Amino acid sequence: MTVNLLLILVVGVLVAAGVTLLLERNLTRVVLGVTMISNAVNLLILLGGRYGGPPIVGTTDPDRMSDPLTQAVILTAIVITLGMTAFLLALAYRSWVLTGHDDVQDDVEDRRIMERAERDLGVEAQDTSDAGPSPEDTIAEWTPTEREVRR
Amino acid sequence: MTWLVPLPVVIPLLGAALALVSRRHPTVQRLVSLSVLSATLAVAVALLIHTNTAGPLAVAVGGWPAPLGIVLYADQLTALMLVVSAAVTLCVLIYSIGQGLADGGDAVPVSVYHPTYLIMTAGVTNAFLAGDLFNLYVGFEILLAASYVLITLGATEGRVRDGTTYVVVNLLSSLIFLTGIGLAYAATGTLNLAQLAGRIEALPAGLQIALQSMLLLAFGIKAAVFPLSAWLPDSYPTAIAPVTAVFAGLLTKVGVYAIIRTQTLLFPGGAAAGVLLIAALLTMIVGILGAVAQSDIKRLLSFTLVSHIGYMLFGIGLYSAAGLAGAIFYVVHHIVIQTTLFLAAGLIERRGGSTALDRLGGLARLAPVLAVLFFLPALNLAGIPPFSGFLGKLGLLQAGVAHGGALAWVLVAGSVLTSLLTLYAVGRVWNIAFWSSPRVEGSAPALPRLMVGATAVLVLLGTGLTVISGPLYSVTAETAGQLLDRQRYVQAVFDGATP
Repeated sequence: MTVNLLLILVVGVLVAAGVTLLLERNLTRVVLGVTMISNAVNLLILLGGRYGGPPIVGTTDPDRMSDPLTQAVILTAIVITLGMTAFLLALAYRSWVLTGHDDVQDDVEDRRIMERAERDLGVEAQDTSDAGPSPEDTIAEWTPTEREVRR
Repeated sequence: MTWLVPLPVVIPLLGAALALVSRRHPTVQRLVSLSVLSATLAVAVALLIHTNTAGPLAVAVGGWPAPLGIVLYADQLTALMLVVSAAVTLCVLIYSIGQGLADGGDAVPVSVYHPTYLIMTAGVTNAFLAGDLFNLYVGFEILLAASYVLITLGATEGRVRDGTTYVVVNLLSSLIFLTGIGLAYAATGTLNLAQLAGRIEALPAGLQIALQSMLLLAFGIKAAVFPLSAWLPDSYPTAIAPVTAVFAGLLTKVGVYAIIRTQTLLFPGGAAAGVLLIAALLTMIVGILGAVAQSDIKRLLSFTLVSHIGYMLFGIGLYSAAGLAGAIFYVVHHIVIQTTLFLAAGLIERRGGSTALDRLGGLARLAPVLAVLFFLPALNLAGIPPFSGFLGKLGLLQAGVAHGGALAWVLVAGSVLTSLLTLYAVGRVWNIAFWSSPRVEGSAPALPRLMVGATAVLVLLGTGLTVISGPLYSVTAETAGQLLDRQRYVQAVFDGATP
């Protein structure tokens, strides 16, 4: 069985790029990462089947047919990924509408730990001014469009 | 009797379509969902009786014989899981109908709830019945897609935030599963579980381990096995109470079922035994330590859920008939109990206005019925005799002792410790939320009868597991024996599969 080196390389690059994007905080990039990895997986499945002519009886000699099962599997996977991507995009949009950005946010535990750390730091330094950034400071960091959306 | 096998998938799917069509008529929609899930439960019971007396059933869907077409396979394990899941989904549906009636349906878009809920049920049953690796994937995707909608229902800020974690993590696990499927097909040229069982054995040992670890990784994320469990306590608690309950009870157990099925059928050598046992130990201990540190009932229960997945893995990791029997019994027990506890948490939230422990108090005096509904399953979860939690843990401990070896003994000790810490965690909830003096004198609205009724039925079911534990244990022991006898599965699929 011959192996298509170029395709294998493409799979590797797609997965690497996808994982990098997946580690981003921005949900839109996460969507792109998921799409890339799923395309890589689809190519990988394709690599598992045989190459050849169209698998239709009468047009191709059965010994030289390509493997139709991998193609059917990929087709199903593509449809599923399409639905999931659409849902993720909707989620990103909803997050943007509600909060003005589509960053994946810290969970409850992380926020609690950060609050504690800030409180401890504040006590140690005997800092009379506020330990964390005040709400005004945070708003100043937003771009004008974000501020508008927030309002 | 083979016509029974596809019904648990077909009935909820058709019901979902009907429920979607009747979205403007809430009463019709409720009746459709109720009758659909009752019918599914009836079919599941019939399947359990049939597989108990006459052996496994296999159906070649679409008339294509076994290796070519997709096979649906039902043995005692499948039927048992179907019965428990159908019973639990039915009770949770009644609970959510009660909640919808009480809230007037303004808080959540109830018209989407019913069809999505039924599709999720179809996904769960499809995963249980799948006799083909790709069909198992499709089953998972059906239930996950529906669960994405359910967990972000209403799309409030908190639900979008926590739903995002859930969706991204599960998408990734599905992609890992799909990669595993692609590699398995490339290596063996088949996706039929019965055929894979024979062909994977012929592969080189390294390749076998690669395939096994891909599948374990994918199912481990879905089942919330430590260190792949961090997503669960962050995403479950914000959803509406019935959704959290059914997710906690069922969805992680579908992952556990997939682990049981693939480990016994495809990789019988027990190459992953050590990894599974260590993962089981860490899942138990880390999970329960997380629960002890929580100050919110729903988050606390989510951590106990993660922790108790460890018990099931313990049984699977032993790769013995006794271990598997204990694990299957524990799955049945845990589906019922964990769902009940989350439903009770939903009731606590209604009565006390919150699930945060520092805002609750004196519920035992304010709502005595609710106190009983929480107390019984809480003790059951912790493993107090004579409840089923005790019997399940006892079975696993006996299997561990019989297995012998240092690791098994460490796990036995870890199980006992986890059980004690679980008792401490739920005892803390009881002391603070129920037993202390009330913080505010109660003028809260009375709890809807339907919600209390549905929870009470599940409490009775959970307590009743003790009564039927004898027959149930003999069924799970028999099931475990069948799982280890792989020829039975292969024969049933290739000889018995009728179009």
